[in-house]
Amino acid sequence: MRFIRAKAVVAGLGLALSMAACGDAGDDDDGGSDVEVKENAADEFDDGTRMKELAEAGKVTVGVKYDQPGLGFKGATDDIPSGFDVEVAKLLVADLGIDPEDTSAVTYQETISDNREPFLQQGKVDLVLASYSITDDRRKVVGQTGPYFLTGQQLLVPADSDVESIADLAGQEVCSVTGSTSIDRINEQGAKGVGFDSYSECVQKVLDGTVPAMSTDGSILAGYAAQNEGQLKVVGEEFSEERIGVGYSLDHPEMCEWINDVLEESFEDGSWADAFEKTLGPSGIETPDPPELDACPAA
Amino acid sequence: MEAVFDNVDAYLKAFGYTLALFLVSGVLSMVLGTFLVALRVGPIAVLRWAGATYVTLVRNTPLVIVFAFFSFAAPTLGIRFTWLDVHIDDYDFTALFGAAVASLTLYTSSFVCEALRAGVNAVPLGQAEAARAIGLPFSGVMSQVVLPQALRASLPPLASVQIALIKNTSVAAVFGVAEATAQMRGFTNDFSSQRLGIFVAFAIGYIVIVEVVSLLSASLERRWRAAT
Repeated sequence: MRFIRAKAVVAGLGLALSMAACGDAGDDDDGGSDVEVKENAADEFDDGTRMKELAEAGKVTVGVKYDQPGLGFKGATDDIPSGFDVEVAKLLVADLGIDPEDTSAVTYQETISDNREPFLQQGKVDLVLASYSITDDRRKVVGQTGPYFLTGQQLLVPADSDVESIADLAGQEVCSVTGSTSIDRINEQGAKGVGFDSYSECVQKVLDGTVPAMSTDGSILAGYAAQNEGQLKVVGEEFSEERIGVGYSLDHPEMCEWINDVLEESFEDGSWADAFEKTLGPSGIETPDPPELDACPAA
Repeated sequence: MEAVFDNVDAYLKAFGYTLALFLVSGVLSMVLGTFLVALRVGPIAVLRWAGATYVTLVRNTPLVIVFAFFSFAAPTLGIRFTWLDVHIDDYDFTALFGAAVASLTLYTSSFVCEALRAGVNAVPLGQAEAARAIGLPFSGVMSQVVLPQALRASLPPLASVQIALIKNTSVAAVFGVAEATAQMRGFTNDFSSQRLGIFVAFAIGYIVIVEVVSLLSASLERRWRAAT
């Protein structure tokens, strides 16, 4: 069953690509991938599942970040946020038979680090793909599956800085987002974490010289380094490992298998790698091998 | 709530920063506020105008914007607090703390000024006239006669202003100071299953600090009432 579906998607993707090749070859404006929307998706799901409800309603709300270039970023004039998280979200949305580019059907709700669990618990969002690290404590209150991406914390410093690793910053202030896991890791490494509201504010503080460095997931930093080329650079080994996964509500445990199936499919048919190259590739990150998915908890 | 009990030193340290922000900005805002009220009720028109303009400008600006100014705009104008680099125990008072104190002080002093001005207005005019009549200069009239009486009259609103300051320190959480609200967000991130307990624990911390300040103010009020 899964094999047939995977083949259908590959065939569909091939068709879409060949059609795109015939058509407007220069049209490459939004950088988003052309995800194939599945037809009659509602028939594929068992009755009573949340996926069926969503597919039949034709509406879904996805929680994403708005302020992380490369992962989830929404500029002031964008209709739809862009980034790797968003691309993976589009794969899931398309599997429900909903057009991920249609903003009347899909709501890309901004979720900040603090409200991801409450939003899932209250049903304000159906899925969260917001650089959402999988942790045991979060799994007590929400469902998390994946990971679809592995990343680790690095440092972003001014281009002329001598700092080579977090060890060089012992006792010094390193900026990150207030209340984030990154702050804890900075403190564990002997530096002093100071918190601001968003990563872009930390970039400001590094640029104006108030703090010598900022730190969070390397993929996010690479995006800022690309935005401020010549002024900022990413340095150091990764000093933590974050497993970025998809959040869903524990009220709908059946979603886990579905999410894993869609992710697995995208690993196999290359749409995962495509999404990666389109969003994180330009900042100079090489596309890694897809990570190993966690098994879903027995229902 | 176990999250807080297990990390009680982090909890206390965070409230230490809250207290430090409150005490430093509280004292500075009283000093600056008193200076401002002297400008506002003084005999020189330009200074009266300057004081009134300051109060209008700062009191009408949201605190977050004052903070944003000192964090993001002031450094581009060359106003940094990098000269501040004090380390006491494991507390660090650096440029970010300086910017927070400056924001809180400038903001709160406009409220202190207005609370004190209400007190000054409550002092009968005859008091100032009598002080003038015995030959005191303006500084003497203010410091010896008017302000001591004004302070008593404005104690309740001043206490409210300082209590508001305690709670306003929480804005510093997103401007680089690891005070209580920042620590709370750290806890809710690490222990998201205990969100409610964490909120309660931190609310209690603030309530205790505010309660101490309002008890102090109440006892001061009683003592001063007995003195008059």
